[in-house]
Amino acid sequence: MSKPTTPLDPEAWIDATAPALGLAVDPAWRPGVTANLTRMAELANLVLAFPLADDEDAAPVYRP
Amino acid sequence: MSTPSPTAAFATAETIADAVRRRQVTAVEIARATLQRIAEGNKRLNAFTQVTEQRALAEAAAIDAKVAAGRDPGPLAGVPFAAKNLFDISGLATVAGSKINRDLKPATADASAVQRLNAHGAVLMGALNMGEYAYDFTGENVHDGPSRNPHDLGRMSGGSSGGSGSAVGGGLVPIALATDTNGSIRVPASLCGIFGIKPTYGRLGRHGSFPFVASLDHIGPLARSVADLAMAYDALQGHDPGDPASTDRPREPSLPGLKSGIAGLRIAVAGDYFQRGATPDALAAVELVAKALRAKATVTLPEAARARAAAFLITASEGANLHLERLRTRAADFDPATRDRLLAGALAPAQWYLQAQRFRRWYREQVLALFREVDIILAPATPCSAPALGQQTMVLDGVEMPVRPNLGIFTQPISFIGLPVVAVPAAIPSRMPIGVQIIAAPWQEAVALRVAHVLEQAGVARCPIP
Repeated sequence: MSKPTTPLDPEAWIDATAPALGLAVDPAWRPGVTANLTRMAELANLVLAFPLADDEDAAPVYRP
Repeated sequence: MSTPSPTAAFATAETIADAVRRRQVTAVEIARATLQRIAEGNKRLNAFTQVTEQRALAEAAAIDAKVAAGRDPGPLAGVPFAAKNLFDISGLATVAGSKINRDLKPATADASAVQRLNAHGAVLMGALNMGEYAYDFTGENVHDGPSRNPHDLGRMSGGSSGGSGSAVGGGLVPIALATDTNGSIRVPASLCGIFGIKPTYGRLGRHGSFPFVASLDHIGPLARSVADLAMAYDALQGHDPGDPASTDRPREPSLPGLKSGIAGLRIAVAGDYFQRGATPDALAAVELVAKALRAKATVTLPEAARARAAAFLITASEGANLHLERLRTRAADFDPATRDRLLAGALAPAQWYLQAQRFRRWYREQVLALFREVDIILAPATPCSAPALGQQTMVLDGVEMPVRPNLGIFTQPISFIGLPVVAVPAAIPSRMPIGVQIIAAPWQEAVALRVAHVLEQAGVARCPIP
């Protein structure tokens, strides 16, 4: 799997997505949210960089 | 192991139930002594958020009536217990460590775990402090104040089941109910110097417990002896129709074989990831336990760092989805530390979450393959002993790291795939306790408990008295 080449810009991301989800990020909370989003993006890149076969699907517990 | 008086602090559940069943003491006497101890001890520990005094006395009187009538009062007859305040307790709002949930209507029924302990004769004493909505490894809580470590009141109890760890470690009750999504049973067990079991995912029913991350949530007990832990765990077993993840495997009681030893078991130490970033105390704890068990082999859980990353992403996304409406309407009422992480989780792309879930499948296959070679894997429970309350950073492996997320670095890659774990307090000569994870293959809780019992008998695992 190719690695994401553009790091996530947390400020732009918050501005674009939070209103679409009906979430207001108070300016006082913004540094905390930004730091957490940045950390999550780093961890996501670690997970996304790992190749998985097509048949390695999720293992949900849903039983019809 | 028995404490002489069943009404004394630190009496085991085994001692108490035995004395009640033999009519050497009444359950009401036990309940009164426990209520008195909680009234005094909680001023220091801040472990309880509600004490259910009237209910405790009524339940205890009912046990005494059974004993008087010659009926079986149950294996936990008269044993006091308390529940993390995310378990429904009839008549109380299930606050789950939050301010927001205080507006909920009182629960109309008990959580299935509370019902089961009651049905086995145990007596509920109240609800326990916790990190807000269980998104926590510290035991701190901005609304209720921190639950405190019984071995040093200026230190963390560990989270999110901090009140559970504090109450059991501090001798207020012998058994507490807790939950573990990423380490919330094992971290407080380690920091407070007690035993805890996080069973296989799906083993113990979660109905009536306030959820956090449905893919990863487990419930389990904390206790001060392995026999008490096994008794509580056995009492909690059985299919829970209210929990879609609850297994329909038959109950597999651990108590009958608890003392059957470890002959023939293949025990290995988790290397690599689980030895990096651990303090000398954490490594000494694992070494002591490994030596006692004559475990010389080392195994590598492949991609453990990625497993931890994936657990982190699943937690943030599912947790944020659970709380989305509250984040829209009451964001200011959250604990700031919880709110900022949940808001970030709400904004995470679906691809992060889905890839993490698919990675879980791959990682599960790899780790299950390891269990064809070994029966038990040993790993530190926490990278360090209890940090100071309010401490923001710690130095691990020469790197300064934030305390809050990193207390769970060794627990997350294990609960991520639902493996059963018994956390044991290692008898190393350090000032503060620290625990070791005894990790077994899925559904092999009884094997992990047997190992814990051997360690307890050898004096290698023991609960220090504060």
